Amino acid sequence: MATPNTPLWEVFIRSRNGLAHKHVGSLHASDATMALQAARDIYTRRGEGLSIWVVPSSAITASDPAEKGMMFEPAESKIYRHPTFYEVPEEVGHM
Amino acid sequence: MYTQALNTAEADDRSLEDAAQAATFQARIDAEVRIEPNDWMPAAYRKTLTRQISQHAHSEIVGMLPEGNWITRAPTLRRKAALLAKVQDECGHGLYLYAAAETLGSSREELVDAMLAGKAKYSSIFNYPTLTWADIGTIGWLVDGAAIMNQIPLCRCSYGPYARAMIRVCKEESFHQRQGYEIMLTLCRGSDEQKAMAQDALNRWWWPVLMMFGPPDATSQHSDTSTRWKIKRFSNDELRQKFVDATVPQAQYLGLTIPDPGMTQDADGHWCYSGINWTEFKQVLAGNGPCNRDRMAARRKAHAEGAWVREAAAAYAAKRVQRQTAQAAE
Repeated sequence: MATPNTPLWEVFIRSRNGLAHKHVGSLHASDATMALQAARDIYTRRGEGLSIWVVPSSAITASDPAEKGMMFEPAESKIYRHPTFYEVPEEVGHM
Repeated sequence: MYTQALNTAEADDRSLEDAAQAATFQARIDAEVRIEPNDWMPAAYRKTLTRQISQHAHSEIVGMLPEGNWITRAPTLRRKAALLAKVQDECGHGLYLYAAAETLGSSREELVDAMLAGKAKYSSIFNYPTLTWADIGTIGWLVDGAAIMNQIPLCRCSYGPYARAMIRVCKEESFHQRQGYEIMLTLCRGSDEQKAMAQDALNRWWWPVLMMFGPPDATSQHSDTSTRWKIKRFSNDELRQKFVDATVPQAQYLGLTIPDPGMTQDADGHWCYSGINWTEFKQVLAGNGPCNRDRMAARRKAHAEGAWVREAAAAYAAKRVQRQTAQAAE
């Protein structure tokens, strides 16, 4: 008999105070409590974290890599959003 | 991003792949751009990686068996705690790797079922028995040492999730190898019997460890495309040579003899080993090694005995969801 599928969770860990939670990997667990415990065992065996988030993988909506041109091109063409676009004479000093 | 739902198998089951897409894909690989789960990839790339990563995962899980065999008989509490932590790491490595394999579209359950059905392979090395405590030292020193040699280049593999899993694994393997070498060093500095035990373990493990790097380059069936796709960065023979060159001085330091009387050192300092018994390798892969049946039986037993836990956890989760839905409706 085929083994029934157990839900997939994405694991995010805050490694130090002041840092954001960062994606570290995924795991299978039947509910959120077990997912948190499994995340502790799988991803923090050497003190890698102070805080863990687990999120059902099915709750994530992702952008399509095939459409990344359309998605991100508008930002690339707007070079006037970067400080180096503007000319400030050297005499003015650091700005 | 590891969502299975986005990697629908049918979308990639096209018999005619777009030649332009294939060319773009190869260009990305050549430019050292990592491939991510939702990127377009040739069906053969997906298949090769699913096979390789899942075999790697199965190897980590089966690899817990020969060492787990000695947890209750470790000679001291320090050794026992270290071995327990090492075996737990191997389990973690298996799980990272299953997660990486799953991003290619097969579920962990399918992959595990294929292994239990005998349809998927695992590393030949775990079909050898751990007869004495010195075998635990030798496994850490040589088997994990060989695994590190193999895995370090995989940290730069073209497939992102596999490369990232390997970075985590490699960080942890270093402890494994050092604890193994420390066991060997303690035995070699001990009584004559202890040193003889260390030598005996080296004699039995040396050749199977050299086989871990896979068939010689001239006969390896997967190497060419894997190299082109930058899954593989060095050939089997290159990695094997690197391993031998690194290991011979370590054995000399222990005062142990490599069981290869024909071994010589060339002008460049490389150690030239004698011919490897590839018939034995093929036999072990075909299921006829000393422990193949034991290993498969142990995995099937553990999986079957865990079935009620999986069922109970799923039933409990379903009950809680039902209760929450009922409460929300009130």
